[in-house]
Amino acid sequence: MTPVASGPEKKDALQEFKNSLKAAPRHVLETAFRTGPPTTDRTRSTFVFGNVFLHLHAVRTHLWSLRWSATMGLGIMSVSAFLIALVTGVMLMFYYKPFPDAAYLSMKDIHFVVPTGRLIRNLHRWSANVMVIAVILHMARTFYTAAYRRPREYNWLIGIGLLVVTLGLSFTGYLLPWDQLAYWAITIGANIAQSPREVTDALNLTEHFDPGGLQRLLLLGSDQVGEEALIRFYLLHVMILPLAIAALMAVHFWRIRKDGGLVRPADADEQLARQRRDETYPVFTEAPVKTYHLAAIVRGRTANVGRGPENTVPSMPHLFYAELGVLMVTLLVCLALSLLSDAPLKELANPNVPENPAKAPWYFLGLQEMVSFSAFIGGIGVPVIVLLGLALIPYLDRETEGTGKWFGGPGGWPLVRLSLAFGLAAPILLEAFAIRFGWLREWFPHIPQLIVTAINPATILTAVYALYSLWSIRRYQSVRAGALALFTCFLCGFVVLTVIGTYFRGPNWEFYWSPADWPKH
Amino acid sequence: MTTTPKTPRSRLDPDPVPRRDWLGLASLWTTGAALLFGLAGMLKLPKAAVLASPSKKFRVALPETLPAGEPFLPPGRAVAIFKDAEGAYAISTICTHLGCVVKPHAEGFECPCHGSRFAASGEVAKGPAPRPLPWLKVSLSGGVVTVDEGTEVPHGTKVAS
Ligand code: HEM
Ligand code: FES
Repeated sequence: MTPVASGPEKKDALQEFKNSLKAAPRHVLETAFRTGPPTTDRTRSTFVFGNVFLHLHAVRTHLWSLRWSATMGLGIMSVSAFLIALVTGVMLMFYYKPFPDAAYLSMKDIHFVVPTGRLIRNLHRWSANVMVIAVILHMARTFYTAAYRRPREYNWLIGIGLLVVTLGLSFTGYLLPWDQLAYWAITIGANIAQSPREVTDALNLTEHFDPGGLQRLLLLGSDQVGEEALIRFYLLHVMILPLAIAALMAVHFWRIRKDGGLVRPADADEQLARQRRDETYPVFTEAPVKTYHLAAIVRGRTANVGRGPENTVPSMPHLFYAELGVLMVTLLVCLALSLLSDAPLKELANPNVPENPAKAPWYFLGLQEMVSFSAFIGGIGVPVIVLLGLALIPYLDRETEGTGKWFGGPGGWPLVRLSLAFGLAAPILLEAFAIRFGWLREWFPHIPQLIVTAINPATILTAVYALYSLWSIRRYQSVRAGALALFTCFLCGFVVLTVIGTYFRGPNWEFYWSPADWPKH
Repeated sequence: MTTTPKTPRSRLDPDPVPRRDWLGLASLWTTGAALLFGLAGMLKLPKAAVLASPSKKFRVALPETLPAGEPFLPPGRAVAIFKDAEGAYAISTICTHLGCVVKPHAEGFECPCHGSRFAASGEVAKGPAPRPLPWLKVSLSGGVVTVDEGTEVPHGTKVAS
């Protein structure tokens, strides 16, 4: 038998229990963060690499990367918009039913009955739009600062993958409300997937070789847009694509670290030194007692070889607070937009009467504009060429001049300015011509389809841009100059076609100066 | 048995892989094969073998008073049925461009989506549509037509009862 504990001992244990209970919340926090409050450089570092989410960041960040003009926060804005869409999307799943007609009714419920449903739905819509814009601008930022160059080529490729999945997420989400807008956009989308038939039909091959039909069948799970299609788009939208984008993002962020942080000009340190001549920044609050031995086995150039760490600051708090700031701004923008404008919900899908005009989401209206010349060229041909071209940029431009500088490289801003003018003028003139005079089919009704597929405003625009870019390469004797010209043209073409598709196309896809001129029907 | 290196190795070089590491190689190859088979199966699954779409054939009674050359649009079907002195015929109203439903008007059909126009016979008159609207197989018995949306017939095929 164990002896009964004596009085004073018993009291101590109880006291200890009380003390532990009182200290428990603090202990939980301590064990969660492991190293106590991040007040010294040492604890700030362990704060970062002791945390599975934060350790995608380096423990120290170069001052250059923290400048507003280095990133404009666009990458973080893309992630922030994605996170908002993720959270609101999960909330929507509480009520959404992926079955024709029921889907529409559940969207109506969410919009009109569910508490806060409309706000959540609006936030989901708006954050998706903000994400698309942020991703495109972020791509432009990394392009114009030549951030895709060695050693960041591969991360540019991952970025292209992210762009595609981002657009895929938006497009698959567009079908889910099962209203007229959704139904006809998906009908058109699925038939674009089938449009290689435009070529195989003209060559009389479709019977034996029908990649277009297969693509459409895989997308719709049926030969028409119906419940099978809805389930597939739902699966893609809530499961496959989010998982894919999460995986790609993880690689994207991890590569940023492994590629030596963000790009910066070779003379970044001198520039920083010049700017803060009489200011001394506390670089280390606590001198390091060890160097990082790991660095000895990491291959390749790291950003700090041959350079001192003078211009770095601890990521906690400098980088993290900036990132939180961008998150809050993104949230504010989405919230303001959601309060100002409701996500659209048209009538229930009607497979017999198309919406007129039937418009895709705005970022596809440039494509829709090209599709109105040729389905295959506009829907598949040009997008594939553009994506291939974008993917190849870092492997063709092997130069080093101007890395990390806005519009850096031969040609620079004057070339970009010229390309802006050229890139805007070319599609406007082509469109004006096609709108005024029509195209081959109107002039020669019996012309073979292959000729229309090969020669139309979309292919001509692509060719004109390509020639202009080759001319820039020759003029400046630099591939980067060609890339600057081509990318600028691509952005201009995207903007012009999107604006025409959005604002100047009405019923029957006719040209109207303003929606006020649309015929009443 | 292990390979013998031709050049002297440093203490830091990794050990060479034993050439007959049966277990290792077997697990590598079986994993590879299993992944390949799995992938093939996964790619096969989403391609539907049976299409759950409603029957392509339907029957509908034509109104007695249908004027020659005027379309009759059976509800719920993307088909326009005509009847004239030579007989009855049906033209699909699914645009050959990207699948919107075209609207009949005085001179033919027009598509609301990207502005394709078709002549009354289905030929493309304007816009991006790559092919004429297909004519569909019809049969007539009395006032009732049977249309088979799944079977195309040559342009100009009209059926008299
Ligand atoms: C969902 C989409 C994307 C997300 C969430 C994302 C996120 C980020 C973030 C947070 C950064 C750090 C720097 C910054 O904030 O600008 C970054 C850098 C980078 N991103 Fe993205 N990105 C996306 C898409 C893209 C695309 C479409 C491209 C280009 C095709 C791209 C190429 C790059 C490159 C090359 C860097 C390194 C930039 C440098 O070193 O300065 N990313 N990305
Ligand atoms: S679907 Fe008819 S013109 Fe495009």
